[in-house]
Amino acid sequence: MLEDPNNEEGSEGAERALVVALAGNPNSGKTTLFNNLTGTRQHVGNYPGVTVEKKEGTCRYGEADMGLVDLPGTYSLTAYSVEERVSRNFLIDEQPDVVVDVLDASNLERNLYLAVQLIELGTPVVFALNMSDIAEAQGIRFDLAELSRFLGGPVVQTVGYKAGGMDELLAAITQVADHPAAFTRPHVDFGREIEEEIRKIEGRLTSASGLPSHVTPRWLAVKLLEGDPEVGEQMASTGVADVVAQSVAHLRGIFGDPPETVIPDRRYGFISGACQEAVRSTVEDRHKQSDRIDAIMLSRVFGLPIFLGLMYVVFQVTFAVGAVPMGWIESWVAWLAGAVGGLWPAGSESPLQSLLVDGVIGGVGGVLVFLPIIMLLFLGVALLEDSGYMARAAFIMDRMMHRIGLHGKSFIPMLIGFGCSVPGILATRTLESRRDRLTTIMITPLMSCGARLPIYALIIPAFFPEAWHGPMLWLIYVIGILLAIAAAKILRIAVLKGETTPFVMELPPYRMPTIKGAAIHTWERSREYLKKAGTIILGFSIILWAITKYPRKTEYDTDYGRLAAEAQAVYLTGARRLHREAVSPVPFEQFLSHAEGNPDATAHDAIMVAPVSLSEFVHRIRMIRARCEDTIVQKGLEDEELLVLALRHQVDEELARLRSDDPGTFDAALEFVDEAVTPYRERLDEIAARRCSEDMRYAVAGRIGCALEPILKPIGFDWRIGTALIGAMAAKEIFVTQMAIVFSVSRGEEDQEALRHKLQELYSPLVGFGIMLFCLVSAPCVATIACTWKETKSWRWAMGQWAGLTVLAYLVTGLSYWLGRILDIGV
Amino acid sequence: MLEIHAGRALQSHLTALGLIPGVELEVIRNGNSGPFIISVKDTRLMLGRGMAEKIDVA
Repeated sequence: MLEDPNNEEGSEGAERALVVALAGNPNSGKTTLFNNLTGTRQHVGNYPGVTVEKKEGTCRYGEADMGLVDLPGTYSLTAYSVEERVSRNFLIDEQPDVVVDVLDASNLERNLYLAVQLIELGTPVVFALNMSDIAEAQGIRFDLAELSRFLGGPVVQTVGYKAGGMDELLAAITQVADHPAAFTRPHVDFGREIEEEIRKIEGRLTSASGLPSHVTPRWLAVKLLEGDPEVGEQMASTGVADVVAQSVAHLRGIFGDPPETVIPDRRYGFISGACQEAVRSTVEDRHKQSDRIDAIMLSRVFGLPIFLGLMYVVFQVTFAVGAVPMGWIESWVAWLAGAVGGLWPAGSESPLQSLLVDGVIGGVGGVLVFLPIIMLLFLGVALLEDSGYMARAAFIMDRMMHRIGLHGKSFIPMLIGFGCSVPGILATRTLESRRDRLTTIMITPLMSCGARLPIYALIIPAFFPEAWHGPMLWLIYVIGILLAIAAAKILRIAVLKGETTPFVMELPPYRMPTIKGAAIHTWERSREYLKKAGTIILGFSIILWAITKYPRKTEYDTDYGRLAAEAQAVYLTGARRLHREAVSPVPFEQFLSHAEGNPDATAHDAIMVAPVSLSEFVHRIRMIRARCEDTIVQKGLEDEELLVLALRHQVDEELARLRSDDPGTFDAALEFVDEAVTPYRERLDEIAARRCSEDMRYAVAGRIGCALEPILKPIGFDWRIGTALIGAMAAKEIFVTQMAIVFSVSRGEEDQEALRHKLQELYSPLVGFGIMLFCLVSAPCVATIACTWKETKSWRWAMGQWAGLTVLAYLVTGLSYWLGRILDIGV
Repeated sequence: MLEIHAGRALQSHLTALGLIPGVELEVIRNGNSGPFIISVKDTRLMLGRGMAEKIDVA
């Protein structure tokens, strides 16, 4: 290795790796600072406002390589919520080289409470006085040198949204890392009486063995006096509990209050001392503007309408704008399927081709299509969160949520659940009470997620007139919400008994969301969804593909080859008759190849009937008709509608015009199309469908579906729906693909209509409605169940959610089916 | 504000939010049947009614 000539400090200046942790209150702009420092060099997902998992990124400054860890926003280092535990455990166990405490400059006193706890913990700290420009504009002046002396670490002014002060911050970090001794740690004095007890406990602790090495006995002593349950448990073996109990009783006697009240009071005393010396404030109230906005946003009259209006705008924009990129992805997936399928010679039945096209591209592509909608919904949620409105939404919803035994905060995960249940469930980490968390996790899948939309999009147009489309969709969403309310209520009464936990939440001042921040938040959540598409759905697509294709039948009940041969014989007879009647001057074989548009026959054009060849006519007749049918399908028109009649009339006119070119050949072509080709193709399709259906019944999925039929019959479902529902267990959206396979309709958007026709033939609108209900309520997808498992750390809850929701779905669907039959609705 | 009657975990959380015995607080909005909004140490806090009942104000 070459010596760096500039390297004067020898070993000290060499590559260094620092671990820097970012801590701070929620809403202190911590995540913005983190984004500024690391840019795109981040990994590990997190959830905004709710940085719940620690997020990591890297940053280079001078000679130092910094690994930055963004800890969840916390108010203190107790073990009150999951987030606080994550932060505290990281600081204690991982021992970062430097902790950057991000302080909201305009709310310094409250923010310093965490700072004092960091100081007590003894890690080297750099203080970032964030949003200092706003504070100064409000009339707050800081004496940085004085503040730094009080806190025992460098204080740097930063402006997160403008990326101001980043160099100074990085310089301070390296300075503290290099010379930790340069700063004298301040001593937070708890007063003579408490200090005495601390010393007693310290003395007992130091004589014990097996103390954690990274924290001081003093810190442990203070925590024990405060009655910290986690530390108490860890120290149980040292037998210190008696000493602590004595001390607590002694202090309670002196102060009339337990130490856990007095100690924080002393911390605030230390803070107000520091603030008196180092902060000059002329500002009366930093909330003036926010209060003024809230006077309207939270008013009894306008609060709820504004909230509902905003929700409506978010959903409307999501679905309206999302439709465009959805179309792009759809056609891109179709193109890819075509391109991959084209690698094999036409007509060959390669299992690999089928796996790639039907299994992988079909399965994963079907999920990717919803990415735009989900991203837009997450963008809306990120904007609402970053602006500070989400806390207001919790306020408005609190009264309603209270009735079902939850409070306003539970509403945010449920809202996210409309996009995708997985990030919704992850967002429940902000809920402090396990009871609240569990209840919210259990009901979040009832919020109809984006993946269920394609099911509704298939079913609703198949069974209901166009005017009902909107209300039907709305009805399904509302049923989901009502069931969630009922389920929460039942859970609260039967399983998760107990009082509603107290609702405490900070109402941050309104803030302008930044594009970068919103973009990063959106991406973080969307990535979770993409991950699901790439892993779970890919895996299940392959499994589902296999169980719908295998085992293959070798001996069919029906001789399909004979049926096909018969159909062909009929076709040839018909064609021969037409050939004779048209008095065609060409031999029959050539007539046939021309009529079917066989390109090899073009050499014979010269001898074909002038001026336009038979094949040309056949082609044009088909084109004219197809165009009309396409329009009808695209616009979702009903048969008797005026527009349809007009379109049909137009077709007749166009055909008449075509006929005038050469009536003789045209008539021959028309007859050929109507009487020979079309029936022949239809017959072939029918045979193929029957064969596919037999294959399907024989394959594993079909067998399961058939086995389920006795159970499904009472709610109006047959083995086909049962088979598709098995697919829906992996991911809801697979139901549609699976339905297409069961009905042996090849994929593609124009075939959705074909699928709808088959559904109409077999099922009543009541069954259609039942399918939607069942898919809405039943077993959430594998990703959701896995997430519930991970978050509750209990497979019982995950299985309970799976089974409970499936039973609920069965009951609700059965109820609707029988009510419909008795009342004779949609039968 | 005089006293808070709450469990240990909740009390320590309230402390971290600046809600300590003896602190001065201002009720910004009494939500009737909905949550309160109070102002304490330059912070706006939402308190559910059940929570607010646990706080005795002098």
